[in-house]
Amino acid sequence: MFKQLEGKVALITGGSRGIGAAIAKRLASDGANVAITYAKGADAAASVLKEIEGAGGMAIAIQADAADADASNAAVEKTVAAFGRLDVLVNNVGTAIPKSFAETTLEELDRLIDVNVRGTLVATQAALKHMKNGGRIIMIGSSVGERVMVPGLVPYAATKGAVKMFTQGLSREVGSRGITVNNVQPGPIDTDLNPAAGDWAVPQKAATALDRYGHVEEVAALVAFVAGPEASYITGANLTVDGGTNA
Amino acid sequence: MKDPVVLITGALTGIGRATAFAFANEGVRVVASGRHDAEGHALVAELRKLGGEAEFLRADVRHEDDVRSLVDETVARFGRLDVAVNTAGTEGKPGPVTAQSAESYAATFDTNVLGTLLSMKHELRVMLAQGSGSIVNVSSTYGQTGGAGASVYAASKHAVEGLTKSAALEAAGSGVRVNVVAPGPIETGMLNRFTGTDERKAGLITTVPLKRVGAPEEIAQTIVFLSSDKASFITGASFAVDGGKTAQ
Repeated sequence: MFKQLEGKVALITGGSRGIGAAIAKRLASDGANVAITYAKGADAAASVLKEIEGAGGMAIAIQADAADADASNAAVEKTVAAFGRLDVLVNNVGTAIPKSFAETTLEELDRLIDVNVRGTLVATQAALKHMKNGGRIIMIGSSVGERVMVPGLVPYAATKGAVKMFTQGLSREVGSRGITVNNVQPGPIDTDLNPAAGDWAVPQKAATALDRYGHVEEVAALVAFVAGPEASYITGANLTVDGGTNA
Repeated sequence: MKDPVVLITGALTGIGRATAFAFANEGVRVVASGRHDAEGHALVAELRKLGGEAEFLRADVRHEDDVRSLVDETVARFGRLDVAVNTAGTEGKPGPVTAQSAESYAATFDTNVLGTLLSMKHELRVMLAQGSGSIVNVSSTYGQTGGAGASVYAASKHAVEGLTKSAALEAAGSGVRVNVVAPGPIETGMLNRFTGTDERKAGLITTVPLKRVGAPEEIAQTIVFLSSDKASFITGASFAVDGGKTAQ
């Protein structure tokens, strides 16, 4: 059977767990050779690789903290060295530190900006050196990058707003190279970092129209669509998969 | 979903026609609707060659009686309605605000806004009762921005965005999703009528980051995605498929 990403290579940052792991598995099942980065979760990364390889796919894992520019650059180079090309970059790595803005420390602000914004910009710059016509840059932003419906995410929302405008600006710069740049914006998705059960989940669930958390596979399905040939005229777009949170 | 049924308004030309073929290629049962019998029957003959079931039902989305019977006949023929794609639209009479009239306003809004409203009203009547369904409307780049010479069209497409999001919020608790696709310049008769000359069309293309117009099939594929279970957590969303035109 024809697989829509056969012969393509995808790098997913933060691919050892949560949404990133689901994206890695999904793109691999669509035929891509996959590289994932992880900061600390070597065991989790190994289990993602095992699952992909068990299904007949090819994958590598690269240790790289997104706040470390040298490590981010090296991750791109290692991906190209391993698989010979780079077609899809998914800037999935991100962090949230839910608390009131007044109580957020300078160190926490730096961490949010370094991972969510600086890390995304650095990895993208490195990837663009290798991308050819048909390349895909895909951000994992957030529904709070456009509308903030829940408390406790002030600086996180600011970083995701930055990702949104980065997407839009970059799409204009690289469009003539045939490279698309899009921003997939999840709403509340059930992961270890943001579990659907618990006090913190109550306002997030209530803010969705569908009255539920999303599943990681539901984000991965949209990323797979944007990465594939059928999304060839979509660029500079902010695509929400948020259960109607921002409707 | 086994053997889903899709209803497409404005199916005889452009994006609607490409959407009909995209669904037929997926093996979906298609009801293609439009205002012209001869073109409609020719279309379904082509769709049936792909191996699936297809019907043409004549309807003018500006008239509620037509829309009501369109939906009722769809259900009578196939027993259900899983997906509705409301592509019926018109560019109206492009020109400056100072040249518009009550008539030019009505000619645009009756199809683009009233037509979408009436279509959703009757599609939702079936979908809410069956507890499932997906509606995809079609707006435009001009559903997000203004355009000199496109005031009434832009206003009508902003309205489609608002109708979509409101309907999504109303339907979310009943298992029905409602989304909108916002195409940029797409190779259709409407685009050629709107731009008028090759020079103006080329000028428009320079404003598109991908430096080309899109194909109707590129819109159809996004519509198929949004209507499918792959998009199960997507509702009330507007997906731009515009080569980056609104990324600014």
